[in-house]
Amino acid sequence: MLTFLAKGLLRDRSRSLFPLLTVAIGVTLVVFMDSYLRGATDAMFAATASFVCGHVRVATRAYAKAGADATNELALLGVDSILGELKRDFPDVTWTLRTRFGGLVDVPDSMGETRVQSPAAGMAIDLSPESPERKILRLEQSLASGHLPSAPGEVLLSDDFARRLDVKPGDKLTLVSSTMNGSMATYNFTLSGTVRFGVSAMDRGAVLADINDIQQALDMPDAADAVFGFLPVAGYDDRLASRLAARFNSGRDTTDRYAPVMETMRLASGLGSMFDLIGAATGLIVSIFIVAMAVVLWNAGLMGSLRRYGEVGVRLAIGESKPAVYRSLLAESFLIGLAGSVLGTLAGLGLGYYLQEVGIDISGMMPNATVVIDDVLRARVTPVSVYIGFVPGLLATFVGAAISGLGVFKRQTAMLAKELGS
Amino acid sequence: MENGVVISTDKLVRKFKVGRTELVALKEVSLEFRRGEFAGLVGPSGSGKTTLLNIIGTLDAPSSGTAVVLGERVESLSPVRAASLRSRHIGFIFQTFNLLPVYTAYENVEFPLLLLGMSQSERRKKVTDALEWVGLADRANSRPTQLSGGESQRVAIARAVVKRPELVLADEPTANLDAENSHKILQTMVSLNHDLGTTFLFSTHDEKVIRYLRRKISLIDGRVANDEVRSPNSD
Ligand SMILES: Nc1ncnc2c1ncn2[C@@H]1O[C@H](COP(=O)(O)OP(=O)(O)OP(=O)(O)O)[C@@H](O)[C@H]1O
Ligand SMILES: [Mg+2]
Repeated sequence: MLTFLAKGLLRDRSRSLFPLLTVAIGVTLVVFMDSYLRGATDAMFAATASFVCGHVRVATRAYAKAGADATNELALLGVDSILGELKRDFPDVTWTLRTRFGGLVDVPDSMGETRVQSPAAGMAIDLSPESPERKILRLEQSLASGHLPSAPGEVLLSDDFARRLDVKPGDKLTLVSSTMNGSMATYNFTLSGTVRFGVSAMDRGAVLADINDIQQALDMPDAADAVFGFLPVAGYDDRLASRLAARFNSGRDTTDRYAPVMETMRLASGLGSMFDLIGAATGLIVSIFIVAMAVVLWNAGLMGSLRRYGEVGVRLAIGESKPAVYRSLLAESFLIGLAGSVLGTLAGLGLGYYLQEVGIDISGMMPNATVVIDDVLRARVTPVSVYIGFVPGLLATFVGAAISGLGVFKRQTAMLAKELGS
Repeated sequence: MENGVVISTDKLVRKFKVGRTELVALKEVSLEFRRGEFAGLVGPSGSGKTTLLNIIGTLDAPSSGTAVVLGERVESLSPVRAASLRSRHIGFIFQTFNLLPVYTAYENVEFPLLLLGMSQSERRKKVTDALEWVGLADRANSRPTQLSGGESQRVAIARAVVKRPELVLADEPTANLDAENSHKILQTMVSLNHDLGTTFLFSTHDEKVIRYLRRKISLIDGRVANDEVRSPNSD
């Protein structure tokens, strides 16, 4: 009997191939959408963490409160001991010092006169060879020319910026800025290399200097804007970040404007509501796909039972019982749902995996982006990807058939002769 | 089944609700059929032929009166028991052939045996025999779309008789066939009736069929108007 049903299933394409393709395509889309959206969110989180505020950030209360308007005046003092404390109390987290600075980059000509000058957005980080920043900012991979700084006074420029200024590794630059206390500061650097991060907002006009040089240049010894902490997890785990922050902040002075406070990326980036929105939108998009797929499959089940009205009638007349017919319809839909969901999940995972490993460059599509977003579309395949399409694909097919198949029980055998007669 | 009686009905009544009123399709029909009969229900359209065949075939139940088919009381049979009785002992032939389109002639004929859980070797023998009886052994692998109407109906006959049922019920089996095919089909059924002793009960108003009947029961307006035993081709 099973072979008999299997033969029917395989020969009747509108019973096997078409529903199978419908399930497979639906499941593929759900799986792919899910891993793509996950990847896109991850990329945004990663870029935000690397360039804006870490997964958690320790800064003064005043600096935290000022948000994007914060200046070096509000920097954290005594950072070496704070850093030591953090490393001791939270050994799993990677801690780094960061200072943002603004100013003019001045390029002298051979006579020492200004050849070209341009405003720059600077980021001071630990550029030493053993620094974790090399990994966090993917400096090696991002290097476009020259070499990474190996001596004091060496800086990196974003490659586009260096081109605009027409400078090459080895050239001298002067930074004109202001000290922590507001007086004018100049400092001479040597360009060691150029970098391209693939993050449009960073690639347009950034200077990357060593934190020690900047402490000297801006007269802020043992001070930095903030300490960034990077959690050892993929993506961003807000619950973990919140726990760390609560632990660090407990029992600390809340009246002193200059006392350190730890904030999560959610808070520190000011993007909390955007994160929520993205999370909700992702959920919504995936749900819509799942519902649409379920409706389509459901309908396919209904169509199937209409089309097979005659066949079911003959089988009942010949003496197959209604429960037996119903069971065979369920078994068929289960097989179709299973095969389609397996195929769809594999295809979706394949696409997602391709995007995860290779990616698609979209930098051309957003030349003026100010949000720090990776220029390469990525996906992230997670264990969730395995069932997010599979389960609804299988269920929708099966439940669709289970409900439409109930029609079998409504068939009046007394009507069969009439139905089969014409 | 005492005295070889396979079907007996006693004051069988079947009423249908049509809107507010009631339509009485069968009015106290009392009939008896013995093993090996080749009988037909004839009568004008709406006279109750199909209704009676349905009850005898356990597809429907009487409103009152009794119908005993192969020792089972139709009115008290559960749907699953009725299905089991049909699958074991009753073969149906319909006006349209109702072969399952995705299966070959062989597989269509095999289907009732699968329901009975017969072994592969037993099935092979019976299906081959049945196809031979209807003269279609060489078309075993054809699909219904590749068969003519006459051939399709012969496959349907093979499907009805393959399990050697006690009873074959045929509701207007020739209505969609031309004269030549009708005769072929009837000859096939006559010889099966003769060789296997199967009881055949037809519903028809086709003169070609009536000529082959050995018993002709005329229904008029739900009543048995006439019940005559005759020698075939007598008129
Ligand atoms: N399910 C039903 N509901 C209501 N009335 C019905 C039903 N089935 C049959 N009837 C009525 O019962 C009467 C007998 O119908 P039946 O189908 O038995 O006639 P018949 O002799 O087979 O006719 P035909 O030669 O046209 O096939 C008709 O008046 C028909 O309208
Ligand atoms: Mg009829």
